[in-house]
Amino acid sequence: MDAQQALADLTEISSQIQAAVVFDDKGKVTGSTLADPGRSAELVQAASELLSTAEGLKSGNSVLTQLEVATREGSVFVVRDGPTSIVATTGGNPTVGLVLYDLKSALRSINAKPAPARKPAARKKTAAASKKKTAARKPTTRKKPDAP
Amino acid sequence: MRRSLAVLLGIVGGMLAGAAFLRRQAAQRDHADLYFEDGSMLSLTNGSPGAERLLPLAREILGKARGT
Repeated sequence: MDAQQALADLTEISSQIQAAVVFDDKGKVTGSTLADPGRSAELVQAASELLSTAEGLKSGNSVLTQLEVATREGSVFVVRDGPTSIVATTGGNPTVGLVLYDLKSALRSINAKPAPARKPAARKKTAAASKKKTAARKPTTRKKPDAP
Repeated sequence: MRRSLAVLLGIVGGMLAGAAFLRRQAAQRDHADLYFEDGSMLSLTNGSPGAERLLPLAREILGKARGT
Protein backbone atom coordinates (compact mmCIF):
# COMPACT_ATOMS: atom_id res chain seq x y z
CA MET A 1 0.00 0.00 0.00
CA ASP A 2 1.09 3.57 -0.64
CA ALA A 3 2.52 5.29 2.50
CA GLN A 4 0.24 8.30 2.09
CA GLN A 5 -2.84 6.06 1.85
CA ALA A 6 -1.69 4.08 4.91
CA LEU A 7 -1.33 7.34 6.87
CA ALA A 8 -4.80 8.48 5.78
CA ASP A 9 -6.21 5.16 7.06
CA LEU A 10 -4.17 5.48 10.27
CA THR A 11 -5.44 8.95 11.16
CA GLU A 12 -8.98 7.83 10.36
CA ILE A 13 -8.69 4.82 12.70
CA SER A 14 -6.73 6.46 15.53
CA SER A 15 -8.03 9.78 16.79
CA GLN A 16 -5.14 9.95 19.27
CA ILE A 17 -2.49 10.41 16.58
CA GLN A 18 -1.98 14.10 15.85
CA ALA A 19 0.82 13.86 13.27
CA ALA A 20 2.67 10.98 11.59
CA VAL A 21 5.50 10.74 9.07
CA VAL A 22 6.78 7.63 7.28
CA PHE A 23 10.44 7.54 6.29
CA ASP A 24 13.06 5.09 5.06
CA ASP A 25 16.45 4.14 6.51
CA LYS A 26 18.10 6.96 4.51
CA GLY A 27 15.82 9.56 6.10
CA LYS A 28 13.71 10.10 2.99
CA VAL A 29 10.09 11.05 3.71
CA THR A 30 7.70 8.67 1.93
CA GLY A 31 4.45 9.90 3.48
CA SER A 32 3.30 12.57 5.91
CA THR A 33 0.18 13.95 7.52
CA LEU A 34 1.84 17.36 7.67
CA ALA A 35 1.11 19.74 4.83
CA ASP A 36 4.56 21.35 4.90
CA PRO A 37 7.27 19.05 3.41
CA GLY A 38 10.02 21.05 5.12
CA ARG A 39 8.50 20.42 8.53
CA SER A 40 8.16 16.69 7.72
CA ALA A 41 11.86 16.54 6.83
CA GLU A 42 12.79 18.32 10.09
CA LEU A 43 10.59 15.91 12.04
CA VAL A 44 12.28 12.91 10.39
CA GLN A 45 15.72 14.34 11.15
CA ALA A 46 14.80 14.72 14.83
CA ALA A 47 13.22 11.23 14.88
CA SER A 48 16.37 9.70 13.37
CA GLU A 49 18.41 11.44 16.06
CA LEU A 50 16.01 10.08 18.70
CA LEU A 51 16.38 6.56 17.28
CA SER A 52 20.17 6.72 17.18
CA THR A 53 20.29 8.08 20.75
CA ALA A 54 17.97 5.29 21.91
CA GLU A 55 20.11 2.72 20.06
CA GLY A 56 23.09 3.98 22.04
CA LEU A 57 21.31 3.25 25.32
CA LYS A 58 20.71 -0.46 24.72
CA SER A 59 22.89 -2.99 26.45
CA GLY A 60 22.32 -6.15 24.38
CA ASN A 61 22.58 -6.95 20.68
CA SER A 62 18.85 -6.90 19.99
CA VAL A 63 17.50 -4.37 17.49
CA LEU A 64 15.35 -1.50 18.73
CA THR A 65 11.96 -1.89 17.05
CA GLN A 66 9.78 0.71 18.77
CA LEU A 67 9.95 3.46 21.35
CA GLU A 68 7.67 5.77 23.22
CA VAL A 69 8.81 8.98 24.89
CA ALA A 70 6.14 10.57 27.07
CA THR A 71 6.31 14.19 28.18
CA ARG A 72 3.80 16.55 29.78
CA GLU A 73 3.17 18.13 26.36
CA GLY A 74 2.46 14.81 24.62
CA SER A 75 4.06 11.57 23.49
CA VAL A 76 6.34 10.63 20.61
CA PHE A 77 6.25 7.15 19.09
CA VAL A 78 8.72 5.66 16.63
CA VAL A 79 8.12 2.20 15.14
CA ARG A 80 10.54 0.45 12.80
CA ASP A 81 9.83 -2.42 10.40
CA GLY A 82 12.83 -3.26 8.25
CA PRO A 83 13.96 -0.22 6.28
CA THR A 84 10.70 1.66 6.90
CA SER A 85 9.96 3.66 10.05
CA ILE A 86 7.08 5.76 11.25
CA VAL A 87 7.16 8.62 13.75
CA ALA A 88 3.94 9.81 15.33
CA THR A 89 2.94 12.34 17.96
CA THR A 90 -0.05 12.23 20.31
CA GLY A 91 -1.46 14.36 23.10
CA GLY A 92 -0.89 13.63 26.79
CA ASN A 93 -1.73 10.21 28.28
CA PRO A 94 -2.37 8.22 25.09
CA THR A 95 -3.40 4.54 25.07
CA VAL A 96 0.13 3.32 24.39
CA GLY A 97 -0.70 -0.25 23.35
CA LEU A 98 -3.38 0.87 20.95
CA VAL A 99 -1.22 3.55 19.32
CA LEU A 100 1.69 1.12 18.89
CA TYR A 101 -0.65 -1.49 17.40
CA ASP A 102 -2.07 1.02 14.91
CA LEU A 103 1.41 2.21 13.91
CA LYS A 104 2.64 -1.37 13.42
CA SER A 105 -0.44 -2.20 11.32
CA ALA A 106 0.16 0.87 9.16
CA LEU A 107 3.81 -0.09 8.63
CA ARG A 108 2.84 -3.68 7.82
CA SER A 109 0.37 -2.49 5.20
CA ILE A 110 3.06 -0.28 3.62
CA ASN A 111 5.62 -3.09 3.53
CA ALA A 112 3.15 -5.75 2.40
CA LYS A 113 3.92 -7.06 -1.08
CA PRO A 114 1.05 -6.86 -3.54
CA ALA A 115 -0.79 -10.14 -4.06
CA PRO A 116 0.41 -12.08 -7.13
CA ALA A 117 -1.72 -11.66 -10.23
CA ARG A 118 -4.38 -14.32 -10.77
CA LYS A 119 -3.88 -16.83 -13.49
CA PRO A 120 -5.90 -15.99 -16.56
CA ALA A 121 -9.31 -17.62 -16.69
CA ALA A 122 -8.56 -19.03 -20.15
CA ARG A 123 -6.16 -21.53 -18.61
CA LYS A 124 -8.86 -22.89 -16.39
CA LYS A 125 -11.07 -23.37 -19.42
CA THR A 126 -8.28 -25.22 -21.19
CA ALA A 127 -7.84 -27.48 -18.22
CA ALA A 128 -11.55 -28.18 -18.15
CA ALA A 129 -11.59 -28.78 -21.87
CA SER A 130 -8.66 -31.19 -21.65
CA LYS A 131 -10.49 -33.07 -18.91
CA LYS A 132 -13.48 -33.34 -21.14
CA LYS A 133 -11.26 -34.54 -23.96
CA THR A 134 -9.71 -37.13 -21.70
CA ALA A 135 -13.12 -38.24 -20.67
CA ALA A 136 -14.17 -38.46 -24.30
CA ARG A 137 -11.13 -40.52 -25.19
CA LYS A 138 -11.85 -43.02 -22.50
CA PRO A 139 -12.79 -46.28 -24.13
CA THR A 140 -16.34 -47.27 -23.50
CA THR A 141 -16.76 -50.48 -21.70
CA ARG A 142 -18.46 -53.03 -23.73
CA LYS A 143 -20.48 -55.76 -22.33
CA LYS A 144 -19.12 -59.06 -23.21
CA PRO A 145 -21.65 -61.21 -24.91
CA ASP A 146 -22.84 -63.91 -22.61
CA ALA A 147 -21.06 -67.14 -23.18
CA PRO A 148 -23.20 -69.85 -24.62
CA MET B 1 -7.59 26.13 71.05
CA ARG B 2 -6.26 22.58 70.83
CA ARG B 3 -8.98 21.69 68.33
CA SER B 4 -8.18 24.59 66.00
CA LEU B 5 -4.48 23.69 66.14
CA ALA B 6 -5.31 20.10 65.11
CA VAL B 7 -7.43 21.38 62.22
CA LEU B 8 -4.62 23.69 61.09
CA LEU B 9 -2.07 20.84 61.27
CA GLY B 10 -4.44 18.62 59.29
CA ILE B 11 -4.82 21.23 56.57
CA VAL B 12 -1.06 21.79 56.31
CA GLY B 13 -0.40 18.05 56.28
CA GLY B 14 -3.00 17.54 53.55
CA MET B 15 -1.48 20.29 51.45
CA LEU B 16 2.01 18.81 51.79
CA ALA B 17 0.77 15.31 50.87
CA GLY B 18 -1.11 16.72 47.87
CA ALA B 19 1.96 18.62 46.67
CA ALA B 20 4.13 15.51 47.02
CA PHE B 21 1.56 13.43 45.10
CA LEU B 22 1.34 15.96 42.27
CA ARG B 23 5.12 16.22 42.05
CA ARG B 24 5.45 12.44 41.90
CA GLN B 25 2.75 12.19 39.25
CA ALA B 26 4.49 14.83 37.10
CA ALA B 27 7.83 13.08 37.47
CA GLN B 28 6.34 9.74 36.43
CA ARG B 29 4.66 11.29 33.39
CA ASP B 30 7.97 12.04 31.69
CA HIS B 31 9.52 8.74 30.69
CA ALA B 32 10.89 6.76 27.74
CA ASP B 33 10.09 3.13 26.96
CA LEU B 34 12.29 1.29 24.46
CA TYR B 35 11.12 -2.02 22.97
CA PHE B 36 13.55 -4.46 21.38
CA GLU B 37 13.17 -7.20 18.79
CA ASP B 38 13.83 -10.00 21.30
CA GLY B 39 10.85 -8.86 23.39
CA SER B 40 12.87 -7.02 26.03
CA MET B 41 11.92 -3.53 27.15
CA LEU B 42 13.90 -0.73 28.74
CA SER B 43 11.99 1.87 30.74
CA LEU B 44 13.76 5.12 31.54
CA THR B 45 12.15 7.43 34.05
CA ASN B 46 12.63 11.14 34.36
CA GLY B 47 15.96 11.90 35.97
CA SER B 48 17.85 8.93 34.54
CA PRO B 49 20.75 9.82 32.18
CA GLY B 50 19.11 8.04 29.23
CA ALA B 51 15.78 9.81 29.65
CA GLU B 52 17.48 13.17 29.96
CA ARG B 53 18.94 12.66 26.48
CA LEU B 54 15.68 11.44 24.92
CA LEU B 55 13.18 13.84 26.49
CA PRO B 56 14.57 17.06 24.89
CA LEU B 57 14.55 15.34 21.47
CA ALA B 58 10.93 14.25 22.01
CA ARG B 59 9.98 17.82 22.98
CA GLU B 60 11.68 19.07 19.83
CA ILE B 61 9.66 16.58 17.72
CA LEU B 62 6.41 17.61 19.43
CA GLY B 63 7.20 21.26 18.79
CA LYS B 64 7.96 20.59 15.11
CA ALA B 65 4.80 18.52 14.67
CA ARG B 66 2.69 21.29 16.15
CA GLY B 67 4.54 24.00 14.24
CA THR B 68 5.68 25.88 17.33
